[in-house]
Amino acid sequence: MKRLANKVCPTQASFAWVALLRSLTAITLVFLCAPSAFAHPQKGEAVGFLTGFRHPISGWDHVLAMVAVGLWGAQLGSPAIWLLPVAFPMVMAMGGMLGLMGVPLPGVEYGIALSAILLGAAVMFELKPPLTIAALLVGFFAIFHGHAHGTELPAGQSALLYSMGFVIATGCLHALGIGIGTVHRWGWGQKFLRLAGGVVTAGGVFFLWRAVA
Amino acid sequence: MKPANPSRIPLYAFVAFTLLMCVTPAEAHLNTTGMGPIYDGLMHFLMSPEDFVPVLALALLAGLRGAAYGRRALFVLPIAWLLGGLAGLSAVAANPHPFIAAAWFLLLGGLLAADAKLSLRVTTALAAFLGLYHGYLNGTGMGVFETAAVALLGLVFAVFVLVALAAAFVVRLRADWARIAVRVAGSWIAASGLLMLGWAVRTR
Repeated sequence: MKRLANKVCPTQASFAWVALLRSLTAITLVFLCAPSAFAHPQKGEAVGFLTGFRHPISGWDHVLAMVAVGLWGAQLGSPAIWLLPVAFPMVMAMGGMLGLMGVPLPGVEYGIALSAILLGAAVMFELKPPLTIAALLVGFFAIFHGHAHGTELPAGQSALLYSMGFVIATGCLHALGIGIGTVHRWGWGQKFLRLAGGVVTAGGVFFLWRAVA
Repeated sequence: MKPANPSRIPLYAFVAFTLLMCVTPAEAHLNTTGMGPIYDGLMHFLMSPEDFVPVLALALLAGLRGAAYGRRALFVLPIAWLLGGLAGLSAVAANPHPFIAAAWFLLLGGLLAADAKLSLRVTTALAAFLGLYHGYLNGTGMGVFETAAVALLGLVFAVFVLVALAAAFVVRLRADWARIAVRVAGSWIAASGLLMLGWAVRTR
């Protein structure tokens, strides 16, 4: 009978729903006003990870080069699509280790800018060298990126979490490049990738000009 | 004409709201219930990347090799961790050597990235050494024996759960790209190890 009454009198049912929604909204608002617990305030460690994570994505010179690695890997196809993003963090970490140990590396800024120019050009012209040459080129420039990260580790922060942060951020940038590079299967996608390579090259030229000036 | 009965839903909502407002303290740390040390140990492991990451790497490595390797790591690693921890409880405090911590990252991350075809014996030995070494270090820093032993149990439980979840997750992966993604994670771990090595040399 009640069901029948609800069907007969829809106004009453809708009133009930409105009241329920109001109550739920009030409860939600109360919960949203609760302050954060901060039960385990390991601020130093968390900051170390976030600082490391932000480092590669806070400079366009790093972003362009690392996305270009992913784009180029996607253009080259298997096995380069996974070999290049594996090689880059490993060699980059070696560069970072040199930076941490205080081993000087001349022309780091030039190397980073040149990496964007050459990797962007490789994407723009769809260069397909042998896998070893591609891996060597990517690895060579990774040393410069890693050295810059290693020398800029802020004092007093967790080295482990800083390292993990910037390795993970670098990997995410490669993954972004590979993700964008999947459009290579379509004709318009191939043109789009070549255009993106041109943008990376132009960015690299800008960074080189800024390093020289 | 009989007036329509008002709905009771607003009343129920009001009662529910009132009850929610009367909640008691959560006792998240459970010090008062005596369950604290177990969760202290569990959280210590989960919040310590120098412990957590090598265990994750070993579990992923065992998972890549197959179910038999996963099962071996699942039981050998926690047992070795427990034995090492118990030995560490009665020992004097020892600081972890940064080179050895970096070496574990490099070794396990590198083996995972290379998808190394290890034998079951070598995997077992790796699990045993990793468990004994990290368990010993955990044990030496735990303080009072009564609560420390309970904390150690929580820690070992966390190791068991992590190995079970990670190894089982990888064992069932069949797609090439998924297995490659696991190897990429290994390269990240090895890269972090290289950087830790550089940091250890710098602060030496």
